[in-house]
Amino acid sequence: MDVEFRHISKKFGSVTALTDINLTVRSGTIHGLIGENGAGKSTLMKILTGYQSKSDGTILIDGRETQLNTPKEAASSGIGMLYQEPMDFTPLTVLENFSLGNPGRDRSALRLSLKTLSSRFGFSLDPNRCVDSLTVGERQQIELLRLIHCKTGVLILDEPTTGISPAQKETLFPTLKQLAAEGITILLVSHKLEEVASLCSEVTVLRQGSVSHNASAPFHFAELLDAMFGSIPEQKDKDAPRATGAVSLQMENVVATGERLGLRHCNINCAEGEVIGLAGLDGAGQSTFLRLAAGLANPNRGRVKLFGEELLHNSHACRQAQRLQTSFIPANRLEEALFADLSLSDHFSLRDKQDSFWQAKKNRREQVKKAIRTFNIKGEACNVAGELSGGNQQRLLLALLEPDSRLLLLENPTRGLDIRSGQWVWNHLRRKLSQKTTILFSSPELDEILHFSDRILVFHDGEIVLDCSVSETSHGSIAAAMTGATPQ
Amino acid sequence: MKNKISALSIPRTTLDILLGTTLVVAFTALILLIADAPVLAAFKNICLGAFSSTSKVSQVLSVWVPLVLCSCGLLYSFRVHLWNIGIEGQIAMGAVAAMAALRIPGPHNPTFILTLAFFASMLGGALWGLLAGLLKTRGGVHEIFGGLGLNFVAQGFILWLIFGPWKRPGIASMSGTELLSFDLWLSTPTGWRVASIGLIIAVLVILLSWLILVKSRFGLKLTAIGQNPRAARLYSLMPERYYLKAIAIAGACAGLAGFLQVTGVYHRLIPSISSGYGYLALLVVMLAGYRIILLPFLALFFAALNVGAIQLPIVLQLDSSLSGVIQGCCVLSALFVLGIRQKRKQS
Repeated sequence: MDVEFRHISKKFGSVTALTDINLTVRSGTIHGLIGENGAGKSTLMKILTGYQSKSDGTILIDGRETQLNTPKEAASSGIGMLYQEPMDFTPLTVLENFSLGNPGRDRSALRLSLKTLSSRFGFSLDPNRCVDSLTVGERQQIELLRLIHCKTGVLILDEPTTGISPAQKETLFPTLKQLAAEGITILLVSHKLEEVASLCSEVTVLRQGSVSHNASAPFHFAELLDAMFGSIPEQKDKDAPRATGAVSLQMENVVATGERLGLRHCNINCAEGEVIGLAGLDGAGQSTFLRLAAGLANPNRGRVKLFGEELLHNSHACRQAQRLQTSFIPANRLEEALFADLSLSDHFSLRDKQDSFWQAKKNRREQVKKAIRTFNIKGEACNVAGELSGGNQQRLLLALLEPDSRLLLLENPTRGLDIRSGQWVWNHLRRKLSQKTTILFSSPELDEILHFSDRILVFHDGEIVLDCSVSETSHGSIAAAMTGATPQ
Repeated sequence: MKNKISALSIPRTTLDILLGTTLVVAFTALILLIADAPVLAAFKNICLGAFSSTSKVSQVLSVWVPLVLCSCGLLYSFRVHLWNIGIEGQIAMGAVAAMAALRIPGPHNPTFILTLAFFASMLGGALWGLLAGLLKTRGGVHEIFGGLGLNFVAQGFILWLIFGPWKRPGIASMSGTELLSFDLWLSTPTGWRVASIGLIIAVLVILLSWLILVKSRFGLKLTAIGQNPRAARLYSLMPERYYLKAIAIAGACAGLAGFLQVTGVYHRLIPSISSGYGYLALLVVMLAGYRIILLPFLALFFAALNVGAIQLPIVLQLDSSLSGVIQGCCVLSALFVLGIRQKRKQS
């Protein structure tokens, strides 16, 4: 089946997620779709699978315009998706999961089909085993067989190698090639350039909601990386690296769970005054790293030390870190850092260290008003945090920061902010706070990391794969390290 | 903006209450019709049963007092989103602790012993609440299951006391322990069936809870933790600690209700000392939308219904289970109204 996207656009309110996407995927090919986080890959795939509606444009399947308004319509048009996290029913057996969505109800016939399909692709699946005892790779295999059995003509694979072993990968790849050879159209959504290069015959790169590049095999990594992350911006008025002092954050042989693959073999020293950017694709370990340093997560092995003091291995670590003047601002502001139904002044009241019995005080009201003015928050003291826009929520969080923080941990500090607000935030962080404050921040924007940090840590699949000063590295080598490719 | 919202939400709350009440009345009427009973006469008798004489009003108040105490307590646990279903057991253990203090042998000053029982009951209820809290924070047992289990334990413990160590001389009976000596009864105005000190305690607890929940930083912290325990950790607040504090306060309030049941109403320990007021209080609080302002009035409504329905079997020869049916209707209506409110919030 040929799939053609024509002038597809998607808007969420005033935010444009996709602009004028034109893309043709030919029958019997494996087509790669790559791009950094937030580039629009998932949105495009959700439109194809009927989970989201498009704002504009048409989708043609085998040359015919097709309406894909619900997942059911998409499935009946022969579109199936293999998700990063298997979308199966863990309490059911392999056979029961396989039978879902299949028109036939005859168990023995289904058992036979499962057996035939498994042996064809070299999978060994016990039909009677419960799915929750299987590995992610095996669960993917069931899902793949189920989709094939449902006569799927367009197969979308979302990061199919996440969480599976190299051995399973070696089973999966030939299977996919075999399927393509049999005429199934495969769309591979991935971050991993090497996988895309070894599987795909064509690749489309999305950047900021538009197609930035189309290429056919053989691929040039430098070209693809450039299309994914943009060209190197001119770095105007970049602040000079700050003087560094004693060690503020230390991690020794830290192993921790969290995100997709957690964090492994982490050994790192951060000094006072350093501004360190944490680069990496979504879920590569940056969030776990920041949460460990903030005491919100505990390592399974190894030690986390703040200013020479080892953090406790329990829920009190968070308070201990705060006592050591560590502040953390997470990316999910409303889920993790603010109280949607509490007012701005309530937030200041909660932050206040003085333990008075009463909530409201005249001088606090003045303090809140002053903070609103200083941080340019568009809202009043009585507004609840949930009513503020994303940018104003971020300003509120900055206003709530302890002014004498010694270690600042920021997860995507300019998320959802326009360029001017982002600059304002960085100006505040780098210039208004003490020069001895250690700042660690993660960002999906490589430009932001290159511009504002003095040192860079690059995370890939739960490990720090690159640790260097900004002046010693290049845009290309960071981007390559992020995707797990060998630097060129 | 906020003023606009609160101005809008007040009539909405009133509307919710009206809807809830209408549902209760409609449900009850339907059941009366099915039971082939005169609907209007039944409602009239409920009203008469609750308000026709000073003695009856005082009886309503004697239900209102424990209901208000338990409801106020539940406000604390609901603030941190804990379903303190164990409130029944907390009333019972408060009563047991009060009784234990009242049974201290030897000649004592009654005021001293009553004061001791007062504090013992709060401690008993608080500790029983704390147990449910610890089961949750340390053992991961959901507070509904922990609380329910502890209710059964408390009930069993009371029965054991009544039929064992605290049994009446000569014979143990379901009617409870031996009556307290008269000087340990809380004084009631002549012709009334509610202890004046009980009323004073209830009003004071309402005022104090209003101050704590609405005006103090502690109340704000409880609200914050209830709303977003993850974020609370970034403000140096330990959610587990506040869960324990909230449930212990709820237990202390319930314990006080137990104290008043023993010293002001039954003057002994009986197996059903909590009289189901804990469960009823859960409904009062939910129907009041977790607002302390509405709580005394809704508690009065439920108390009147509870007392008034007793009249039905006597006058209309209706089965006494009818009051239970009406209360069941209240549960359904409350849940229905809350469901609507939830949906509205989500949309």
